[in-house]
Amino acid sequence: MKNQWPLWEVFIRSQHGLAHRHVGSLHAPDATMAVNNARDVYTRRNEGVSIWVVKSIDITASHPDDKAELFDPAQAKVYRHPTFFPMPEEVKGL
Amino acid sequence: MSSARYEYLLRLGDNALILSQRLGEWCGKGPALEEDMALTNNALDLLGQARLWLSLAAEEAGDGADEDTLAYLRDDREFRNVLLVEQPNGSYADTLARQFLFDAWSSLVLRRLLASSDPAIAAIAEKAVKEVSYHLRRSSDLVVRLGDGTALSHAMLQGAIDKVWPYHHELFIGDAIDAEMVASGIGFDPEHLKDEWLAYVREVLNEATLKVPAAGGWMPKGGKQGLHSEHLSKLLAEMQTLQRSHPGASW
Repeated sequence: MKNQWPLWEVFIRSQHGLAHRHVGSLHAPDATMAVNNARDVYTRRNEGVSIWVVKSIDITASHPDDKAELFDPAQAKVYRHPTFFPMPEEVKGL
Repeated sequence: MSSARYEYLLRLGDNALILSQRLGEWCGKGPALEEDMALTNNALDLLGQARLWLSLAAEEAGDGADEDTLAYLRDDREFRNVLLVEQPNGSYADTLARQFLFDAWSSLVLRRLLASSDPAIAAIAEKAVKEVSYHLRRSSDLVVRLGDGTALSHAMLQGAIDKVWPYHHELFIGDAIDAEMVASGIGFDPEHLKDEWLAYVREVLNEATLKVPAAGGWMPKGGKQGLHSEHLSKLLAEMQTLQRSHPGASW
């Protein structure tokens, strides 16, 4: 497996989507071929209007072990959700 | 029924059909998942084009033939594809070399046909040219990467280009059918594509650090007139076996 092509993450913007969404990954020797391969693997059924690829190795990810300190504190802060605040009846159009 | 237009449509359709069948043989055996998908996509594009050309040919014949009878019930001598597309897949390098030379030619053919005086032919060309433009981009990109890759990939691809090279000559040899198509404004003179084709192929091979084979040498031809290599009948045996043994079978 040492000689395998590098891994790329693929992001596709769909017909009506505003942002590119991660759809999966693939192997390719370089960026141009990664776009070609993404076209062939991930847009066969008319899924997209734009493709981004990025080397998987260039993505810095949070560590699963840090889950508690990164995300748990937000659970206790319900007031950060807009729905926490009651809206006066009189305010329309929100 | 054997009008020049019918023959011309068979040539266009058979090139797409036979190459599609060849590429289909790679299904599940590609060197990487990505390549496997790409080749079968390519095969399906060509099959779609073959259906359009052969349906139009059947309409022209007007003898009750349809795309299926043309694809499944003709013998090798009745096929009008160029010899290039029936050449066996060989290694991945062989398949790529064949594909690259074909794509570069086919994209020129379809661009010429966009200006055909025959609206049905121009319409099919318009649909197909987008697909083939992508095929050419892909095969060119791969030729550059494998040619300018490792010593092994370079040697394999150079060997593959040298081996398939003689079959390009036929692409540019016109005959009476071509002349009639030129006269009626439906088609073009195949010779006129050669300079542009060679310039493009040379440019890509140079970038790939590959040598363009020397001019001249062996020039096999005759596919367009129905004289094929032994490879075609074996391909047809596999492609046609179901319809031949169970006539009219359908999904």
